[in-house]
Amino acid sequence: MRGMAQLIVVQFKLFYREPAAFFFTLVFPVLLLVVFGSIFGDIEIEELPGFKVVDAMIPAYTALIIGSSAFMGIPNNTASARETKVLRRFRATPISPITYLTAEVVVFFGMNLVGMALLILVGIVVYDLSFGGFWLSVLGAFVLSTGAFFAVGYMVASISPTVRVATVVGMVLFFPQIFLSGVMYPVQQMPAWMQQISQALPMTYAVELLQGLWFGFGWEERLDAVAILGGMLVIGTALAVKTFRWE
Amino acid sequence: MSVVEVRELRKAYGPIVAVDGISFSVAENEVFGLVGPNGAGKTTTIECLEGLRDRDGGEVSVLGLDPGDAGADLRRRIGVQLQESSLFDRIRVQEALALFASFYPQSIDWHPLVAQLGLGERLKAPFVKLSGGQKQRLFIALALVNDPELVFLDELSTGLDPQARRTMWDLVRSLRDQGKTVFLSTHFMEEAERLCDRVAIMDRGKIVALDTPENLISDLGVETRVVFTAEDTIDAKQLESLANATRVEVSGDRVIVHGQGDRLVSEVVRAIEDHGWRFRDLRSEQPTLDDVFLALTGRALRE
Repeated sequence: MRGMAQLIVVQFKLFYREPAAFFFTLVFPVLLLVVFGSIFGDIEIEELPGFKVVDAMIPAYTALIIGSSAFMGIPNNTASARETKVLRRFRATPISPITYLTAEVVVFFGMNLVGMALLILVGIVVYDLSFGGFWLSVLGAFVLSTGAFFAVGYMVASISPTVRVATVVGMVLFFPQIFLSGVMYPVQQMPAWMQQISQALPMTYAVELLQGLWFGFGWEERLDAVAILGGMLVIGTALAVKTFRWE
Repeated sequence: MSVVEVRELRKAYGPIVAVDGISFSVAENEVFGLVGPNGAGKTTTIECLEGLRDRDGGEVSVLGLDPGDAGADLRRRIGVQLQESSLFDRIRVQEALALFASFYPQSIDWHPLVAQLGLGERLKAPFVKLSGGQKQRLFIALALVNDPELVFLDELSTGLDPQARRTMWDLVRSLRDQGKTVFLSTHFMEEAERLCDRVAIMDRGKIVALDTPENLISDLGVETRVVFTAEDTIDAKQLESLANATRVEVSGDRVIVHGQGDRLVSEVVRAIEDHGWRFRDLRSEQPTLDDVFLALTGRALRE
């Protein structure tokens, strides 16, 4: 346990010393919120009286943070630690792969939580944010989405032979989802054929669940999203643990 | 008592047999060396003992445990310096030491150790800023941070300058003085000769010789040579007739007296003095493990 605690502390420090991770998790989403919030933020959402576009942006950009950790941070970190033989050095110690991975997940999860908190903070201070749900519900949706996407991130790391492949696979999975899953633009307003693509993208369901609970819908109204994200979490974790390689 | 017992260890990578049925044992508090060229199978052997590689055949016992399935129970008690490894670019030296110390139930105060290794000024430096030799010394420190009973040092002095290499040798000797067992590999024969109680010479996956460095050298019967530059004309016959001399080579003013044993030098010097010849640059060349290795692998190549 002492080893895991130390590993978590060290990984947090490393996160803060890594400019790319720091930027995409903590800075970039806030920049998006400031830019697009200033352009569209005040527009009322027709279907949801009392809510403005900025209220939809916070949960959507939270999904973006989760995606950037899952598709960029995790594959890159894990594949490069494997390729440069950092993982080998840890393997020669008594700590287990589970300990190593848990510490890393805790740190990514914690930083994503900080990223979401920053968005909410800026939303409250700069824009008059409205919230219609329960904090614990939103937190639950955040945990579920994070777990589901992180599992996929570790799978990408495991199946990629090199860091370059891991980076490319992560980007190929991530970038279309940024634009087609409702993070940047509401799915409902897309042409029908594009909506069909959206329905096939897992991030659509993360956005849907986080936004739904934010606006005050119940879990029972988002069962498809819960089922898909839950399936990703269970199957993805099993596969990620099974395919994990130290070298 | 044996700390390491190996019987018929085999490991192949596809068609390439890296370790071909080797057997040996290492006693407690011994400094044991695996010596041989790159690709001889040294690292594969060590990694099978550390539990980092699964063996294809044979019996292995390390500290009474089978490294194939002992897992953390074994890794808590051994120290490992890998030939190839790395750390996070931005982890600082002191963070790495504290982190690795936290992985073990007991650990040493590593401050004196890093001072001895010349890393005292670099504690706050990120790993990526260290020189190759500094990285190597950090890995040695990490291998000792848990106060292990048995230390594996795979190519311990790679990347070290001569001074750092001597520091490392002192460190290995002090480990033995502390009662630890050291299992090292090197391709520097001088290092093996100076450090190891016993040396296994490995070539192409097999152990071709295993003994103390002194015995390996004397068993070979390789000649001692006395070399000097003559400033007068000398009579080679007079030197050849010395009790321990076998042969004399003269080329220009260079004279090489071949022979056996430690007394050859004093015999040659006395003969020169008796005849009143003037000479300079006299030195003797003792056979080393290098000669043993050349002789053994040469024979292996011909076979």
